[in-house]
Amino acid sequence: MKWNEYIECMDREQLTKLQSERLSTMVERLYYNVPFYRKQFQKNGIEPGDIKSVDQLKQLPFTTKQDLRDNYPFGLFAVPVADVVRLHASSGTTGKPTVVGYTRKDLNIWSEVMARTLTSAGAGKTDVLHVAYGYGLFTGGLGVHYGAEKIGATVIPMSGGNTQRQLQLMQDFGSTILACTPSYALFLAEAMAEAGMTVDSFKLKAGVFGAEPWTEEMRREIETKLKIKAIDIYGLSEVIGPGVASECMDQCGLHVFEDHFIPEIVDPKTLEVLPYGQIGELVFTCVTKEALPLLRYRTRDLTVLNVEKCSCGRTLVRMKKCLGRSDDMLIIRGVNVFPSQIETVLLEMNETRPHYLLIVDRVNNLDVLEVWVEVDGQLFSDEIRKLEALKKKIQHNIESVLGINASVKLVEPKTIERSEGKAKRVIDKRKLM
Amino acid sequence: MKIKQLSIFLENKSGRLTEVTEALASASINISAFSVADTADYGILRMIVNKPEQAEQLLKAKGLSVKITEVIGLVVPNEPGGLHRALQILSSEEISVEYMYAFALSDRATVIIRTEAVQQAITVLQKHKLELLRASEIYEL
Repeated sequence: MKWNEYIECMDREQLTKLQSERLSTMVERLYYNVPFYRKQFQKNGIEPGDIKSVDQLKQLPFTTKQDLRDNYPFGLFAVPVADVVRLHASSGTTGKPTVVGYTRKDLNIWSEVMARTLTSAGAGKTDVLHVAYGYGLFTGGLGVHYGAEKIGATVIPMSGGNTQRQLQLMQDFGSTILACTPSYALFLAEAMAEAGMTVDSFKLKAGVFGAEPWTEEMRREIETKLKIKAIDIYGLSEVIGPGVASECMDQCGLHVFEDHFIPEIVDPKTLEVLPYGQIGELVFTCVTKEALPLLRYRTRDLTVLNVEKCSCGRTLVRMKKCLGRSDDMLIIRGVNVFPSQIETVLLEMNETRPHYLLIVDRVNNLDVLEVWVEVDGQLFSDEIRKLEALKKKIQHNIESVLGINASVKLVEPKTIERSEGKAKRVIDKRKLM
Repeated sequence: MKIKQLSIFLENKSGRLTEVTEALASASINISAFSVADTADYGILRMIVNKPEQAEQLLKAKGLSVKITEVIGLVVPNEPGGLHRALQILSSEEISVEYMYAFALSDRATVIIRTEAVQQAITVLQKHKLELLRASEIYEL
């Protein structure tokens, strides 16, 4: 099933023409409305009207997460804040989050791409959609929610947590589609078994899972345990949120909704554009959004694009499941975590930078984060009471910056391995790639 | 009357304690009092040695977290109520004890006491004619 067959199966030549027209208009709009981009256009000698085709994308400047931070909160918006009807934000390094804004038209675009996503996972008007992504500043919950309402499904805005109640309502309301992180889907499956509920007493038929990396093994496990079709979806708030790309029922790559978001693959070191089929960093250019249309936004996700027509009939380019990151970002329980954020928390407690190590693991299908901190110099008190208070404070501050629980372990100096004088900061035991 | 105590942060791993005692033994440093406070993950080793500064340097060089803390060495009679009297004095002055450990030898017992208000505790205890060990005395015990 396709929500927008006209676009999703469009002849590629025609699609390129559409993208080119939209890109040209966008560049002109950014020139006049966003000083950040105008400065760079002028530096590179680009005038409004110069960019006429997607082939010229490579002449345009890149945008990074740092640019969003430097222009916090609304500096990159291309419309007056009065025209923005919604803000979302993600956690930041020094308390400053990454802010994204939407006009009414942007929300319509978002609903449209999410409607395509849910339809390609087999959802329709008669379905009951259980949304267990977090609602709030995180884009997951509301993103899926609006798409689900657009297709006319019955939406249950559960948000995260309270697993027993999730199961109860899923069973009572006869939910047919589950939307959450893949690790939470597995967690639900296990909680179901523990509560003595059989999967046959549920009406689930499919799930749309994203916001964190997952493997084919996890997919098979979810599909077997919940007896559903597990569909991979992809998105990031800087581009729009969930709804940037989605698998179809054939599960052979995620179709990028490139009439709105033009993907490129670049070499993360040289920033050269790479041809289809080569691994590199995924970059998106928004060509229809109003509030925050970013040019060549560097996702830091590594993947491959495949332009062959899919067996489902869609002509939209497909991206592989993400193969890794070109930076040190971790995704823990769906939350983006940079080691530098933890470092900032630790720096606030001590004059000198303590050595630390992040150990990420998956226990009972839930991500767990353990933070080892070397107790040295100022941090060391000979009273247990004070050391325990220190531990709690670190834990609390990590939670308030990142919004996730971490268990803190105090260790002796030099416990954490140094390689070439530089400490290893992260051990990820999840083996997701 | 202030006594220098050595505090060392140790993870609960086998062999850690031995490393400390070995280092002190090879430098001919004597331990006169000793206590371990432990939690699930780590412990704090506290001890009175005859050359605290030298021991601190030695253990720091081995990469350990070491700190010198000031404590009091209180002498009480080894009999019922001996410790109680001293603690009552501190409590009536609202001096709280962070931690303490003790060892008894025949008719006398020595209690090592750590409090935030070391000087105040010394003054109060002396006022009540309690016997306190000098640093030089305890290091030679």
